[in-house]
Amino acid sequence: MGDKRLLEGNVAICWGAISAGCQAFFGYPITPQNEIIEFCAREFPKMGKVFVQAQSELGSINMLYGALASGARAMTGTSGPGWSLMQETISAMVNAELPAVIVDVQRGGPGGQPIRHAQQDFSHCTRGGGSGDYKNIVLTPASAQECCDFVQLAFHLAAKYRNPVIVMSDAIIGQTRELVNVEKLDFGPIPNSDWAATGRGRHKDGKSRFVEHAAGFSPRYPSYGAFLVQLSRKIALMEENEVRHECYRTDDAELVVVAYGYTSRVSREAVNRAREEGLRVGLIRVLTAWPFPHEVIGQTARKGCRILVVEDSLGQMVDDVRCAVAGLTEIHLVGILDRHLPTDGGMILPDKVFDKIRAIMVDKDHTPCPGKR
Amino acid sequence: MPWEEVIQIMKNVMERPALLKSADKLPLAFCPGCQNPTVGRLIAEVLEEMKAGEKAVGCLGIGCSSFIGFMLDVDLINGPHGRAPDLATGAKRMYPDNLVFTVQGDGDLLSIGAESLMGALARSEKITIIMINNTVYGTTGGQAAPTSLVGQMTATTPRGKDAAEFGYPVHAAEMIATFKGVAYSARGAVNTFANFMSTRKYVRTAFEQQQEGAGLTFVEILTPCPTNWHMSPVKSLTWLGETLIQEYPLGEFKNARS
Repeated sequence: MGDKRLLEGNVAICWGAISAGCQAFFGYPITPQNEIIEFCAREFPKMGKVFVQAQSELGSINMLYGALASGARAMTGTSGPGWSLMQETISAMVNAELPAVIVDVQRGGPGGQPIRHAQQDFSHCTRGGGSGDYKNIVLTPASAQECCDFVQLAFHLAAKYRNPVIVMSDAIIGQTRELVNVEKLDFGPIPNSDWAATGRGRHKDGKSRFVEHAAGFSPRYPSYGAFLVQLSRKIALMEENEVRHECYRTDDAELVVVAYGYTSRVSREAVNRAREEGLRVGLIRVLTAWPFPHEVIGQTARKGCRILVVEDSLGQMVDDVRCAVAGLTEIHLVGILDRHLPTDGGMILPDKVFDKIRAIMVDKDHTPCPGKR
Repeated sequence: MPWEEVIQIMKNVMERPALLKSADKLPLAFCPGCQNPTVGRLIAEVLEEMKAGEKAVGCLGIGCSSFIGFMLDVDLINGPHGRAPDLATGAKRMYPDNLVFTVQGDGDLLSIGAESLMGALARSEKITIIMINNTVYGTTGGQAAPTSLVGQMTATTPRGKDAAEFGYPVHAAEMIATFKGVAYSARGAVNTFANFMSTRKYVRTAFEQQQEGAGLTFVEILTPCPTNWHMSPVKSLTWLGETLIQEYPLGEFKNARS
């Protein structure tokens, strides 16, 4: 049974984690993620759950490593610069096959750029950032409700693939208060964690466990090559099974907007306005930044639809869209330079997206992104 | 010396602790004359004596120190370079009744891992940190560590460690003893049987005080690195006994019990 509450996206993430049976949170203060760490500090101990404020994001991600290696369901939350600090350990977690859930509430960059919201971690989250070959599933909620639901999905997927899963929201989604139906989602049984280092006395077989990130050197796999084969299979499985997207009014569309997170809601409003004016516009909402919905976007391009990417950055998701479209159609961008205030703050508003749609479809005076067509 | 004590010592020397993995399951990780495996044996003996093998979780970083952990037939967690205090924090918080310890080198703990160490000390994390001090980075080929002596020749101080440029050796056991949240801090060595036995006692006290929840406990252990000191195993033991112990005096620097 659900339970409707008025929650900020960040707090909805915490309730989602609780619904998913999260036992521990390790974090370090960083804006715009602070609602998560403060909620966990306040509520987790009351529920018998573990909360630790780490000395840094290096600390929080490695404490998470230690807790996951002990078989716990646990997570951490951060934002851009903290996310950067975590990369070495995320790479190690992939090797160690640890089911980490990491929330990145995006903010602007490069560098510090404190408290300016943006969607600039797309490439960083989807391309790894740590060393070596690896991929993480990246879920992109666009509402407080999805924050609550996607974090539960993240716990499920992390355990299913024994691989880190990222929930990538942004400051607008994280700090907007909305009605949320807090409901425990059932994704099936939780795989056992008999591999975890909980102390030899807790293992039925009485044998010691060794959780390490040196597959091939350790006896976990017969060789490094065998580990890479297994890793490539895992990546292929995730690509096959975990692509998520949502099509909105795309059936007869001549222009399709591609967006995720807060800009996907902005885009939806713009699409509705365009439809009112008789313009055939649709929206593909990206729910997994990796694995990216290349196929549906490719089909759209093959139908001859033009594409408008809306993301609050200089254009990062555009790269994936470019791959999907394979030169078959024009790609336009509404990006961070299109915010309603050209200075420090501002956000991409529906008006701007609508104006661009008109410019592309009616006035035909919008320059597409270079490198296509 | 009473006969029973002699027998006990002989037993300690001759019998193989059950918590040591059998040698055929281990990658050959140590150079001739290295005393890291002696430390491995020491830890195994103490855990066995305390009947703590079932509850022990060892957390390891990167370097020759981590190979010590590989010897132990207890649950182990190996993570990135320098982060074992964080791993141990996660492991201990999930299972507070486990005996959670790290085995780290001087570079792993005091250089790249210094912020993890600081965090654990500040939080008074109920873990035991065992640090091997051989004054160099062993695995990577004998580069200077924060513990290298002034004048010491290493791969990155080929003209000898110049204090004006590189500073002075870091005295971990003394520094750690100054923290309020620390229950126990000691420095030992395993170069002689007497030192082995004292260090054994230090490690046992550290483990016991962790189980009592007294605070963070720390033991530093001096070991020779003949390969990177460019000395024979015998010469390296002499240098350790005569020179290194001058810089790094052995003993307890803090004991919550006394």
